Amino acid sequence: MTNLQSLEFFVPEIILVITILACLIADLFLKKSKTDLIGWVLGVGLIIVGLSVYNLSFVPPTTLFLDMIVIDPFSSYMKIVIVIATLLIIVASWANNELSEYRKGEYFTLIGIMVVGLFLMTSSIDIIMLYVSIEVVSIMSFVLAGYLKLNTRSNEAGLKYVIYGAFSSGVMLFGLSLVYGMTGSTNYFVIQEAIASLDSSANPALIMALLMIFAGFGYKISSVPFHFWTPDVYEGAPTTITAYLSVAPKAAGFAMIIRFFHQVFSDSIALSGNTMGYTDLPWPEIIGVLAVVTMTLGNLVAIQQESIKRMLAYSSIAHAGYMMLALPVLSIDAIESIMIYLFVYVFMNLGAFFIVITVKNKTGGETFDEYDGLGWKMPIVGSLMTLFMLSLTGLPPTAGFVGKLYIFKTLVGAGNDFLWLVVAGGINSVISLYYYFRVVKVMFLTGSRSDEISYPPPLMFGLIIVTAVPSLVLGLYWNPLANWVKESLVFYTQTM
Amino acid sequence: MENILSLLIWIPILGAIIVAFLPRDKENLVRYVSAAITGLEFIVAIVLWRSFDPVNGSMQFMERYEWIPSLNISYILGIDGLSLPMVLLTAMLFFIGVFVSWNIEKAVKGYFALYLLLNAGVLGVFLSLDFFLFYIFWEVMLLPMYFLIGMWGGPQREYAAIKFFLYTLFGSVLMLIGILGLYFTCGKTFDILLIMDRAPEALSGVIWWGMSAAKVIWVLLFIGFAIKVPVFPFHTWLPLAHVEAPTAISVLLAGILLKLGVYGIIRVNYGIMPDQVYWFAGGLAFLGLVNVIWGGLCALAQTDLKKLVAYSSINHMGYSLIGIAAVVAAGEMNGSDLKAAQAGLSGAVFQMFNHGTISAMLFILVGVVYDRAHHRDINGFGGLASQMPIYTGITALAFFAGLGLPGFSGFVSEAMCFIGAFPVFKAIVVLSTIGILLNAAYFLWAFQRVFFGELNEKYKDMKEINGLELFTVIPLAIITLFFGVYPRPYLDLIKATMDQIIEKIAFAASYAVM
Repeated sequence: MTNLQSLEFFVPEIILVITILACLIADLFLKKSKTDLIGWVLGVGLIIVGLSVYNLSFVPPTTLFLDMIVIDPFSSYMKIVIVIATLLIIVASWANNELSEYRKGEYFTLIGIMVVGLFLMTSSIDIIMLYVSIEVVSIMSFVLAGYLKLNTRSNEAGLKYVIYGAFSSGVMLFGLSLVYGMTGSTNYFVIQEAIASLDSSANPALIMALLMIFAGFGYKISSVPFHFWTPDVYEGAPTTITAYLSVAPKAAGFAMIIRFFHQVFSDSIALSGNTMGYTDLPWPEIIGVLAVVTMTLGNLVAIQQESIKRMLAYSSIAHAGYMMLALPVLSIDAIESIMIYLFVYVFMNLGAFFIVITVKNKTGGETFDEYDGLGWKMPIVGSLMTLFMLSLTGLPPTAGFVGKLYIFKTLVGAGNDFLWLVVAGGINSVISLYYYFRVVKVMFLTGSRSDEISYPPPLMFGLIIVTAVPSLVLGLYWNPLANWVKESLVFYTQTM
Repeated sequence: MENILSLLIWIPILGAIIVAFLPRDKENLVRYVSAAITGLEFIVAIVLWRSFDPVNGSMQFMERYEWIPSLNISYILGIDGLSLPMVLLTAMLFFIGVFVSWNIEKAVKGYFALYLLLNAGVLGVFLSLDFFLFYIFWEVMLLPMYFLIGMWGGPQREYAAIKFFLYTLFGSVLMLIGILGLYFTCGKTFDILLIMDRAPEALSGVIWWGMSAAKVIWVLLFIGFAIKVPVFPFHTWLPLAHVEAPTAISVLLAGILLKLGVYGIIRVNYGIMPDQVYWFAGGLAFLGLVNVIWGGLCALAQTDLKKLVAYSSINHMGYSLIGIAAVVAAGEMNGSDLKAAQAGLSGAVFQMFNHGTISAMLFILVGVVYDRAHHRDINGFGGLASQMPIYTGITALAFFAGLGLPGFSGFVSEAMCFIGAFPVFKAIVVLSTIGILLNAAYFLWAFQRVFFGELNEKYKDMKEINGLELFTVIPLAIITLFFGVYPRPYLDLIKATMDQIIEKIAFAASYAVM
């Protein structure tokens, strides 16, 4: 489709850009204490964006801007997940005391720009577009991670993020350039076609390219061995940003990986293709091992943490690992399970982070000591934190279990070669129980009845409820979600 | 009547919600409401029992609703002669347990809300016929148990609680993999009855890791259940959890939760893969033997009265395992000895019930003395018989029941297990009689040390067992004595279902590959 024709399908992004400009302009006229209003501007804008994304999810899949990006139900689904996460984060930012010393105008604007990048990540089918969208997201994340400029940890987080980010995107760019060199095109479908006709002498270059590209992807979803930035950045960044980084870029990252491997390196264009058949590289095994190492490392290191925020950082590495378990299969079931997992993960993980914010606002700390006897002092917060921990562990009847069930189901269904991944995933769930329930232990098992029961402030309380309800309800009845995901499993595909 | 099974599950869930919203200062109100809810539950269970048709060995009172059609998950409940006695036992022990917990002082509201949730979980496992539902209830039990041990338990409660949780979760994860394996091989369904129909055919020839998938799935499921039983070597969580848990929770753990393991083996492993029984029965009987001997030896070494009772549970569940292994007698290669298979299986199912009542009684009685003396050291008492004659009498009765004296229900079921297993596993049966000896030794020796001899000066003022405590023990004692003399009503209740299971296993002998 030509550029002009494309515009009508690009409405969400256009509205988003207008919103961002509105945020910037509004920031000029507001006093520091009033900058929360900009969150309203962005929030309202995003709701409209979400609605228009939803509207567009019914149009037949097509490419826009001369085969730069696609619009298909899959990308719409991911965009809606991202919009939901962003809206929750905007509201939480109002209540996050860490930010109260700073103007929030730029903060909200940067989040808005990041959303544009995330949207493009989910839908690009051109390696240049892919690279640009990743960079947009990364650069916004660097700034946001270092947003607390008076806090050295935050500065450290920003700087570390820049260094790792620059390095891994450099490596990825090199990989992409190899692909371009071999195939002479930047378009996914042309590349796919060209790779199919390469002879085996090109294999070494192809393997190099594959590994280098995966470095960039792995960095985005914090897969081992590209995860080193995660704990420090997550710990130093403002908690709202930590929460955001642990869900939204991950969702977009998985969308990008699925699209890339599915359409560039898969055997066939049909969704059933499940091997990267053009090289003799044992690709499913490599990804499988990476997934297992990722979740095992995340879980084992999380056990030793004293700060709950840092523990959640490692736990988010582990969750990336669970989702990666489905990548070696990459069948339609696998993609479905990742989509469902991402959706429930947004709620349970954000919920846990919101409680971290609530406790930090109250006590000023985020170590296990601050949670001592919390279940007796703030029973509702304690109970809901227990729910989030249950869900993150993946115990029924919570949403986290449904996510894991789908992943495990995919692997068992894929047969003999993938059974060891299920066993590894299962054992990891057991390991993760230990540290998630350490939180529950300090909240409830120590301490005793207190006469002063306190409740979180209404805004935070509302947010926690909003995340807790899906974390529980989706564990008991997720048929609408499953149907929605099934309808969204339509990719734009093209044969040359 | 139509939805009586749902009623059984949902009464305690609603009850837990009601209790959670009661004002937290009205502690007695919470206790009365919980008693009322479990009482109602017990009445419903009795109504169910009276309207149950014992001649029919298949599922009764079935309920079926669509739940998650995209994964073929349904809400299916049903009851047969295997689960009915367990449901009755559950309803009864949970009702009694409320009175055992009467003197809980800490966070009463939370305690009873979790208690009722546990009740719902246990009943759900016994009643559900859909694997997904089954698994949900199986896991729903864990969280209340974790809190009940961890918050209201003894000094080492935190460690005991997480150990229990980790062990059981490990088992259930393996179970989940087994369930998913069945889901895919048997045509993408979680419906247990449907899987039972399809599994023998669907599983034959499927290979996992170079082994027959049926064997792998059998082992995965078995480990999940074995941890609950607990079968040696997965038993180490049990003594700890039992000792640290508050009295009522020990009662429920021993009385009901351990039965879930054996129930699961019979319902799921036997029901779905009857041909593999022949492959595994020898191992099962051997594990039973190890349980009997190991549990007995450990019990003998204990100085903590509660730990002694805990190890006696391991010992007693061993008889049950030997009993269920005996069903292979029905196979052609073992001479189609249907009588032996019947004796073994019915004995094992009877033993589940009897151990439920007897161990509940033992734990309540240990709790009684602990409440007064604040310790349970067997050597720290002495001569209590002169101080507490009624308590001594009842404890004597419970101990005799525990050691399987004729005239008590335990004797009947243990004898049946042995009679059933003898034709097939002669050596194991002979060796496991050592267990009976140990069994008698540890109970009698403990009894002697606690009740006979000089009265310990410290306990001159020890109060006699009170009315509330008697109220919790007497019904159990009566049941034990009644079934000891006249086990017929129980055996008639389960016979049709047992026959059906045995018939299936006997038929499976024809296609079982050793």
